[in-house]
Amino acid sequence: MIGTLDPKIPPGPLDQKWRNHQDHSRLVSPNNRRKLEIIVVGSGLAGGSAAATFGELGYRVKCFCFQDSPRRAHSIAAQGGINAAKNYQNDGDSVYRLFYDTIKGGDFRSREANVYRLAEIANNIIDQCVAQGVPFAREYSGYLANRSFGGAQVSRTFYARGQTGQQLLLGCYQALCRQVASGTVQMLPYTEMLDLVIVNGQAKGIITRNLRSGKMERHAADAVVLASGGYGNVFYLSTNARGSNVTATYRAYKRGALFANPSFTQIHPTCIPVTGDYQSKLTLMSESLRNDGRVWVPKRREDRFKPPHEIPEADRDYYLERKYPSYGNLAPRDISSRAAKEVCDEGRGVGPGGRGVYLDFADSIKRLGVETIRERYGNLFHVYKKITGEDAYKVPMRIYPAVHYTMGGLWVDYDLMTNVPGLFVIGEANFSDHGANRLGASALMQGLADGYFVIPNTLPNYLAGQMGKRPSPESPEFEQAEQSVRARLEKLLKVNGTRSTDSFHRELGLLLWDKCGMARNQQGLREALRKIPELRAEFWRDVRVPGDEEDYNQSLERAGRVADFLEFAELMCIDALERDESAGAHFREEHQTPDGEALRDDESHAAVFAWEFQGDGHPPKLHREQLHFETVHLAQRSYK
Amino acid sequence: MRKPSVPPRDPSTPLRSAQDDREPMNFKLKIWRQRDAKSRGKLVNYDIRDISPDTSFLEMLDILNEHLIRTGGEPVAFDSDCREGICGTCSLTVNGEAHGPDHPGAVCELYMRKFRDGETITVEPFRVGAFPIIKDLVVDRSSLDRIVQAGGFISARAGSAPEANSILVSKYDADLAMEAAACIGCGACAAACPNASAMLFAAAKVSHLSFLPQGAPERQRRVLKMVHVMDEQGFGNCTNTYECEAVCPAKISASFIAKLNREYARAQFRQRLGE
Repeated sequence: MIGTLDPKIPPGPLDQKWRNHQDHSRLVSPNNRRKLEIIVVGSGLAGGSAAATFGELGYRVKCFCFQDSPRRAHSIAAQGGINAAKNYQNDGDSVYRLFYDTIKGGDFRSREANVYRLAEIANNIIDQCVAQGVPFAREYSGYLANRSFGGAQVSRTFYARGQTGQQLLLGCYQALCRQVASGTVQMLPYTEMLDLVIVNGQAKGIITRNLRSGKMERHAADAVVLASGGYGNVFYLSTNARGSNVTATYRAYKRGALFANPSFTQIHPTCIPVTGDYQSKLTLMSESLRNDGRVWVPKRREDRFKPPHEIPEADRDYYLERKYPSYGNLAPRDISSRAAKEVCDEGRGVGPGGRGVYLDFADSIKRLGVETIRERYGNLFHVYKKITGEDAYKVPMRIYPAVHYTMGGLWVDYDLMTNVPGLFVIGEANFSDHGANRLGASALMQGLADGYFVIPNTLPNYLAGQMGKRPSPESPEFEQAEQSVRARLEKLLKVNGTRSTDSFHRELGLLLWDKCGMARNQQGLREALRKIPELRAEFWRDVRVPGDEEDYNQSLERAGRVADFLEFAELMCIDALERDESAGAHFREEHQTPDGEALRDDESHAAVFAWEFQGDGHPPKLHREQLHFETVHLAQRSYK
Repeated sequence: MRKPSVPPRDPSTPLRSAQDDREPMNFKLKIWRQRDAKSRGKLVNYDIRDISPDTSFLEMLDILNEHLIRTGGEPVAFDSDCREGICGTCSLTVNGEAHGPDHPGAVCELYMRKFRDGETITVEPFRVGAFPIIKDLVVDRSSLDRIVQAGGFISARAGSAPEANSILVSKYDADLAMEAAACIGCGACAAACPNASAMLFAAAKVSHLSFLPQGAPERQRRVLKMVHVMDEQGFGNCTNTYECEAVCPAKISASFIAKLNREYARAQFRQRLGE
């Protein structure tokens, strides 16, 4: 039985929906705000900005992060930039164009109303960040500078060298610090959410574990906001931080929140290739490099062992420029990644193992001089040299796609509330704005839009009816949730097998990369769905988690997260199998155009697939949210 | 039956290059082990073998931990997260140097090819009084957060910002602010300083915000409060040894400390004048 979902999109013309909605949403008066408590899980761009803003508004906020400080959240690693439709370059940009590029970039699998709101708010974000002192790049005149990113023909990306995420996060961390000092926000670092507590059908608290002491804690609140990021680490190797995990959102899923489009995962085209068995993570080389770098491989297989400078111009295949002349090296991520896989599958890949393509700066260095290139990308070239030992000013970089971002996440309505009243999800943790593929420089935009401007205006609509309804943390629902968390941790410690958690995680990652990565097919997904439960069973039979529960125990932290990945991976594959079409990053080999592009099936798949947990060992139930396109015309996505 | 610890290789992931004839390396490790904040710690010896020169330092510790887990030992606790030098979580002293020998860079960006085969490597936590040890190599650096909470921000409430291009910042000032703002908050500066001073950390934040016109109204109060809290947290004073600059993964210049001192003197002077 398939249910249908109502996203509660406000009525009215697209460009007035958000304004109208704000005009008619319920508010909470300042004297009542200090009586209401909000839990925010995560302190990255979304969580940090939300917690700081709630604090500014006068609510009582508890903000949790598993890291030792909110400044460590993985938003910090975002390199390239943040989009906004300021049209400072006078190159024809507009809110509508940013909206359209984002919808098209997502291969028409996101909600018009949400994406339009995002594009509208983007300009406010730049204003806000400048006011906070984010040192964006400037022109000599003192005005803000821009650069280009994939999937757009305008220059709308604002940046702070190759460390835009760091600077935006520090801006929001500093705003958070100000609220911590003023007493509105209580910051709880080293604390991991392990369960969601639902009382009378509403999200009213969480169970956490203090990672330093190992102590379990109960936190009751009037609303819960999850901003816990993406689940790319299900693949083991990804550009995510080591600690990034699915636990908070997956625990909420097991408590009844719907998980939307879990198979939509972004494979980023420009990462440093894998080198060894024990590699612990992959490092991104910002997409901004494609502004000045040209991607190529040798035309002939036999040239792939030759040093690049010995391959003459005529023997090189600048395949992105060849296949997508109007976007060239700035083709969107899903398309660029698949193109790289394709040339490597043909045996023309370069570097160890033949899984790499060149990103070559020689032309730009000739045109702009090495100093300009150093100024634009110096830190990236430095990181590249650290990892590979090679100097990209002299030899082309070698890059290969790697798991980077997850478009899927918990299902939310227009207010960013899940189907569980009182549970809100923001940033990468929700599914809402990027459809089947996210464009570059729009993750930072979404995180900050959600945190600074959307949720502070939508949460009151819910909170207004919640005065005096906060349960006691001694209530039976909290007791039951804490007991189930304890039981699970004890079970992990008791297995006392022979294998490390990481060995299972690596095995899961390889399986998913192979069967549910850049290309998927029915047979492979079925095979993965057979193997994942076997691997999970073996994990619970043979994992060894040393140490104790009430202690600082990194092995136990990791084991809990990997146990959740081992369940979540199955949901991903079920979703990928159910989505019998290709869309954006979800490339089903059965559905492609004659020239190998993703072939959508708008007739029966222009919908969000949201999955409801039905109990361990039972298949999840599918709910569909039909996507209605009132403004844009559904088209075959072309970047040619 | 014992299962292999490493799963079979996926054909889609690359093999090591045929041209790569570099031999795997062996090391003797001396690692600081300490049960908790109250216990006494000590250096414990471990041998580690067959490490590829392309392994990162932290991956080498991962391999050691895998081995310890398989053989019934307790893995070494150490901090890391992004593993690309930007989050500032990793915090090891390697052979006496904060973040190890490959400056500038965080220890997560250190690769084993920087060591000699057979070398003895000593691994300790950051040793700073204001960073109490939690376990093994993990320290508590919340004192750095408290310095920022004291005033390391520009108070701009969401919603109150003017149009971005109405605030002009010269490229020169914006670049200087960016250079200071690049600090990753790892605390290596304090770990390398013979006085355990966090001056470079505080100077980076004070400088970043005081180069910008947006920060002007809070300029005076900010520096006084941040320096006060820095002292309160138990960090030492600066005696210009420049050790901080030498180990800083973000290449923060010690000249920002001079900037901090000027800002502090100016603020004190103006405070005395009653401003």
